Amino acid sequence: MIRHRTADCIPHRNLYCNNFSSYANPNLYAELSALRFLLLLFSNCLPFSVCEMSLRLFSSSFSLLRHRAVLCAAPTRNVSARFTYAPEVANPEYGETTKLNLFQSINSAMDVALATDKTAVIFGEDVAFGGVFRATINLQERHGKDRVFNTPLCEQGIVGFGIGVAVAGATSIAEVQFADYIFPAFDQLVNEAAKFRYRSGNQFNCGKLTVRAPYGAVGHGALYHSQSPEAYFAHTPGLKVVIPRGPIQAKGLLLSCIRDDNPCVFFEPKIMYRSAVENVPTGDYTIPLGKAEILEGGNDVTLVGYGTQIHVLKEVAAIAKDTLGVSCEVIDLRTILPWDAETVCQSVAKTGRLLISHEAPVTNGFASEIASYVQKECFLNLEAPIERVCGWDTPFPHTLEPYYIPDKWRCVETIKKMVKF
Amino acid sequence: MHSQFIRGLSSCVSRFAPGLQLTSHRASSALFSKYGTSMCFAARNSSQIKSEAAAPETDVQAGILHDRPRFPGSRSEWTDKLEFLVPESYPGIPVYRIMNRNGTISDPAHDPKLDDATVIRMYQQMTLLSYMDKILYESQRQGRISFYMTHFGEEGTLIGSAAALSNADLAYVQYREAGLLMWRGFTLDQFMDQCYGNEDDLGKGKQMPVHYGSKDLHYVTVSSPLGTQMPQAVGSAYAYKRAQNGQIVICYFGDGAASEGDAHAALNFSATLDCPIIFLCRNNGYAISTPTSQQFRGDGIASRGPGYGIATIRVDGNDTWAVYNAVKAAREVCLAQNRPVLIEAMTYRIGHHSTSDDSSAYRSVDEIRYWDKEDNPIIRFRKYMVNRGLWNDEKETQWKDQAKRQVMTAFQKAEKKVKPAPEELFNDVYDELPWHLQKQKREMMEHVRSHPEHYPLKEHAKMGPI
Repeated sequence: MIRHRTADCIPHRNLYCNNFSSYANPNLYAELSALRFLLLLFSNCLPFSVCEMSLRLFSSSFSLLRHRAVLCAAPTRNVSARFTYAPEVANPEYGETTKLNLFQSINSAMDVALATDKTAVIFGEDVAFGGVFRATINLQERHGKDRVFNTPLCEQGIVGFGIGVAVAGATSIAEVQFADYIFPAFDQLVNEAAKFRYRSGNQFNCGKLTVRAPYGAVGHGALYHSQSPEAYFAHTPGLKVVIPRGPIQAKGLLLSCIRDDNPCVFFEPKIMYRSAVENVPTGDYTIPLGKAEILEGGNDVTLVGYGTQIHVLKEVAAIAKDTLGVSCEVIDLRTILPWDAETVCQSVAKTGRLLISHEAPVTNGFASEIASYVQKECFLNLEAPIERVCGWDTPFPHTLEPYYIPDKWRCVETIKKMVKF
Repeated sequence: MHSQFIRGLSSCVSRFAPGLQLTSHRASSALFSKYGTSMCFAARNSSQIKSEAAAPETDVQAGILHDRPRFPGSRSEWTDKLEFLVPESYPGIPVYRIMNRNGTISDPAHDPKLDDATVIRMYQQMTLLSYMDKILYESQRQGRISFYMTHFGEEGTLIGSAAALSNADLAYVQYREAGLLMWRGFTLDQFMDQCYGNEDDLGKGKQMPVHYGSKDLHYVTVSSPLGTQMPQAVGSAYAYKRAQNGQIVICYFGDGAASEGDAHAALNFSATLDCPIIFLCRNNGYAISTPTSQQFRGDGIASRGPGYGIATIRVDGNDTWAVYNAVKAAREVCLAQNRPVLIEAMTYRIGHHSTSDDSSAYRSVDEIRYWDKEDNPIIRFRKYMVNRGLWNDEKETQWKDQAKRQVMTAFQKAEKKVKPAPEELFNDVYDELPWHLQKQKREMMEHVRSHPEHYPLKEHAKMGPI
């Protein structure tokens, strides 16, 4: 069980360490402590400026880190944990398993895809050496430089190129380094990829395209390393939008996206890349798109979410049961577009109360679509107005993240209101 | 803990000095003995990680140390002159032309000397295209079709390039390249069906006129956003390279579209990823009303090619043979070397941008008349044919009659056909109809069925069962 903090490790020296930085390199702590040992060893003979210089040089080689001093203090901030990741158990049908974290399970999905489909290629910024989140580690080695390769730094190029690869009949797996940077590719995704089949009278299509991007809050990502842009793409007929909640789900859903004959956008919850660990099936398995999953049954309130937020909702359900005696049904949408309205409506018909929660800002976030549809289909079943507990309508802040994020306390308060309505 | 430290140390070392590797062996070292493991640094001959900013090479040929800039990827020498590259001071990239305005070949070695039938076919295609353009332009004016774009003045670029390609080379186009499609065998009926958006349209009535596409003829369906086809073309070229299918990709675009970010992305990707693609820019002087002097300040589009590392040539787009030769040569370069080629075809847009445009608002009639009379690709090609004894006035009259009749027949046929059935609207959004589209389709059909008087059902194929 890994505890995640919203403001993890922000000690007095403006030093970022721990979870986020460790995504880039799990050896980081080991390297840091080794280097610290070496410097201590030689500090008698080296001037302090040299030590500091070497530290700066060393730290500058990491793309995602800024260090002031190597001597990083242990996390001192006392912030209540946002959620706890509870590992799941894979369907035994999927066969043998091994302990993998989220980026390793995604890596495994792509490894399987490239092994089973000789046309498949993976490309994007920095994917050749393994990727800034290690999602593509060892893939170039295993499958070749012509199949796993870097592109120039240009998202509109990456997605446009990816469309072309798919149109020519090859399986096309594009990586956008952060979902926050997907917007230069918005035209290619919305005007081109989504409409390719429709506008050509089905003579052409780019169904073999999958675009992956890390998304979501990470503790200190701020405006440009925390966004959840799923709503923009959910508004685009022709695309599929998929968001997994953990390693087992991610591998199966990503393989489905890769093999689905429609262009898919796959958002990966980056906060869980390293820390969500499960026994993931080693073989080739898919999880169907367009189907939500009920994680726990309940009778009083339906909780709907996806990705990282599902884990918050699971804790909300536990707190609601323990402190309020309220039984919650937790549903993971998994696919945002097309979304499984049937499962959600059936649940709301039973419970009469719906709470939808996502990190993305509330206005026009995907919860709006769910709320609108469900109020129409289940109007007479509703015991209380449908509630949305989402990010506020602001850009994603840095040190103010704990106040921005739709945490479990806001969700619990909202449930209280709903059951009292 | 201990092994973690060793691992950390090892990866530290590999970052600083890729050539060194930490190995364990029995010889003890005072430095590390307290950990019970002795290590020493062993030099390896080959470094595992190739680094662009690696230890500088020195040119020690003839024992001389040659001081060059060592920056990653640098091919330069030092200079101690403070000089700016002033682009206006360089002459423009020359324009390759072999057939002058009188249809005379300047160097017979450059005359492709194609067989009579092919030459005649090329001429007939150029003229057939212009007759089709004239009739469909008029039909829009008469309210029969909603929109049209002509190719007047650019027939040489289109047919010259089309004839030099393989019909199976994948073509990504902008919107003024129907000549290529016609050359490959798209029939007049098919052109008209698309413009009318009727039930025989291969595009199933989904798009505005001139947004043609043909899978069989390897012509990717046109889309209105400009330049978007360019990085896509590069991706397809990359896939073709991997598939080793002996085909290349050709990507057409205009002088205006070349300003889009997608154009920059495409050129850069094509070079860095070694793609077998020909970029063919139709520089016709205008992007709607914007002349090239307001589109860019550099020496056309050709000057950008070398900046991306792309082999480049500028040609006279109204010299059909120059275009033919350049595309043929470029194709060979692409196939043999897996690298992109940029061809800038200089030409002139004699017609308006589209039926929504009246170009007399921004250019003089004299200018248009000059190009139409003095430097028209069709006239130049005809003169060449006459010089070769392949054509004369009688054949011209005969062909004109025949061609115009063909166009009118297809036109009248297309006009009578119905549009696709209403429910066609929901097809092909996805490979299969998802639940929400099935629901919406039912809703739409029920609504139309109960209010038929508000919908132009007579113009459409009959609606199916709900």
